Amino acid sequence: MKYLDDYRDAEAVRRLAEAIRSEVSRPWTLMEVCGGQTHSIVRFGLDTLLPAELTLVHGPGCPVCVTPAHLIDAAITISRRPEVILCSFGDMLRVPGSKGDLFRAKSGGADVRVVYSPMDALQLAIESPDREVVFFAVGFETTAPANAMAVYQAKARGVTNFSIVCSHVLVPPAMEAVLAAPDNLVQGFLAAGHVCAIMGWEEYFPIIERYHVPIVVTGFEPVDILQGILLCVRQLESGRAEVENQYARWVSREGNLAARNVIHEVFRIIPREWRGIGSIAESGFGLSEAYADFDAARRFSVSDEPEAEDDSGCISGLILQGRRKPEECPHFGTRCTPEHPLGATMVSDEGACAAYYRYRRTERPEEAPA
Amino acid sequence: MSDGSESCPLSVDEGATVQLSHGSGGVMMHRLLEQVIFPALGDDPAAARHDSAVLAASDGRRAFTTDSYVVRPRFFPGGDIGSLAVHGSVNDLAMCGARPRWLSLGLILEEGLPIDELRRILESLRRAADEAGVRIVTGDTKVVDRGKGDGLFINTSGIGVIEHDLDINPGSVRDGDVILLSGDIGRHGIAVMAAREGLAFETTIESDSAPLHKPVLALLEAGLPVHCLRDLTRGGLAAALKELMRDSSLSARIREADIPVEPQVRGACEMLGLDPLHVANEGRMIVVLPPGAADDALEILRSFPVSQNAGSIGQISAGQPGRVVLESVVGTSRMVEMLHGEQLPRIC
Repeated sequence: MKYLDDYRDAEAVRRLAEAIRSEVSRPWTLMEVCGGQTHSIVRFGLDTLLPAELTLVHGPGCPVCVTPAHLIDAAITISRRPEVILCSFGDMLRVPGSKGDLFRAKSGGADVRVVYSPMDALQLAIESPDREVVFFAVGFETTAPANAMAVYQAKARGVTNFSIVCSHVLVPPAMEAVLAAPDNLVQGFLAAGHVCAIMGWEEYFPIIERYHVPIVVTGFEPVDILQGILLCVRQLESGRAEVENQYARWVSREGNLAARNVIHEVFRIIPREWRGIGSIAESGFGLSEAYADFDAARRFSVSDEPEAEDDSGCISGLILQGRRKPEECPHFGTRCTPEHPLGATMVSDEGACAAYYRYRRTERPEEAPA
Repeated sequence: MSDGSESCPLSVDEGATVQLSHGSGGVMMHRLLEQVIFPALGDDPAAARHDSAVLAASDGRRAFTTDSYVVRPRFFPGGDIGSLAVHGSVNDLAMCGARPRWLSLGLILEEGLPIDELRRILESLRRAADEAGVRIVTGDTKVVDRGKGDGLFINTSGIGVIEHDLDINPGSVRDGDVILLSGDIGRHGIAVMAAREGLAFETTIESDSAPLHKPVLALLEAGLPVHCLRDLTRGGLAAALKELMRDSSLSARIREADIPVEPQVRGACEMLGLDPLHVANEGRMIVVLPPGAADDALEILRSFPVSQNAGSIGQISAGQPGRVVLESVVGTSRMVEMLHGEQLPRIC
């Protein structure tokens, strides 16, 4: 962990913050793409070290946050079947669908289990031949290789009682959607380091060409994030728009080829519905035809088609696109809390609203009880 | 409660059911206590908020406590459900400054539990009791049908004798008091989670489960003006501090750099997306006392193996009641909040 301490060094943080202050000559708005970066920024109060001209807005890179309600509904419906064991990553359990969440399904008798890896779910399927094990495969490019590997192995080993509810989304199309919005404010990106560790950074070249924005591949620790901001600010101040790699200790230009291969073997690119944002073309993974038998929605004849958007008053879509901050929502900390979230940005630790609630809430004036 | 969330009812649903989160030591559990359990019992709930009740007797004061143990798995590195059932109740008594004396033992056994396993657990329980100087003086055993229990549940109640005149409770905490922490945090929670979920780390992380009454009694025997004691259990250091600040209507400022976390525990927390401040402990406490007594207290604490890494982690101040602020390792500050429900490992 000494390695980690180097990236949380108070002196290095102070020097970087000073360097950023000395380079900024006019207002700039940057977006950190990944929810892990948002969490780190709020947890360590990094934005409080930045000059007033520099605004950080929080991006769409929270996999729990953007999983649409209809897929959570589908997972809940499937979990209620007596033969099914529904496995999920932990933080998916509290995200509300249109009628409840997986925690409540569990307390109502559904066999819902937290796993740490899709391979654990596959193993459970092998050990439970009389049950149907369904894995809720959520995430960005970071979780896609392991999820793809679980399906690949299931097919190779002839495991017929394993399937996935697939809700995979991709980062570059979401960044393009942010830039294409008519009221976009974002002038530079801190790209998600872990996503690039899998995918490399070549896929950002077309975005830079089309929108002329700097994109800096950035890590997650305080020193990483401030270095990423400094590199991004330097590009903006000098009128450059390039891909730069702050996170060189993990990320190479071509990414992880073995991981990309298994993704391409198992998945195909499809349009995806993003919660609060809407449908984005070519923005997600679905199972390819050769692996369609492992699609839980198909296996259990459950609709995974989008229905009407919820009308809870949640503005998570605007938050995920960097167009609002959590405190600007009238429901923040009143009707909407991590315990009773109206939208998913309040659920996951990586959601901007949950991070603000956890680390910032009591700095606001006291709210009157509803 | 000072967490500002009292506007939320226990559940908005008709026919609500108990969820696991209601037992996790966070905001949801407090709400269950405040909205369902305390009102049903009628009496002033204040007494029930402490680790033990303090009862007056003709020859002095007694501390009385009860706790149930449902840990899964029953054996984990550094302990088992038997030793835990002793340490938990002994520590609850110690947090009133009481000398633990007598324990009751309630066993709920599930049909099918191997007798050998029961024997091993009872041997461990007996050993822990002997080490802590408490006697098991009464007990009860029930067996439930297969599938109606999780192998074995244990309840222990404890009685301790209070041999000092201090009021060790949140009401005695004062502006300016220092907060001492008795050692590194998070080991029990990570050890149990790793054993339960089959997570393998480079080295085995052992639970910190241990009795705390010896250092506590030594502080009192030295005549130090201890204002409050709180053992860290579910909800971790964060929950202990938040509860203490809520009940004392004061605020606390703590320094992240001074809170020891073993490298393996930190690594596991980073990997799983957990905050060590929220992870459970079973052999750690905070001691709150005036700054003038801090050095003497630390010297005494460090003379016992269970608290040899004790240190000062922060200070109490007036300020916004219930607030806990953490000065981060990078020199910024942030709020510390109680966890709302279960700790959920994150996706990536």
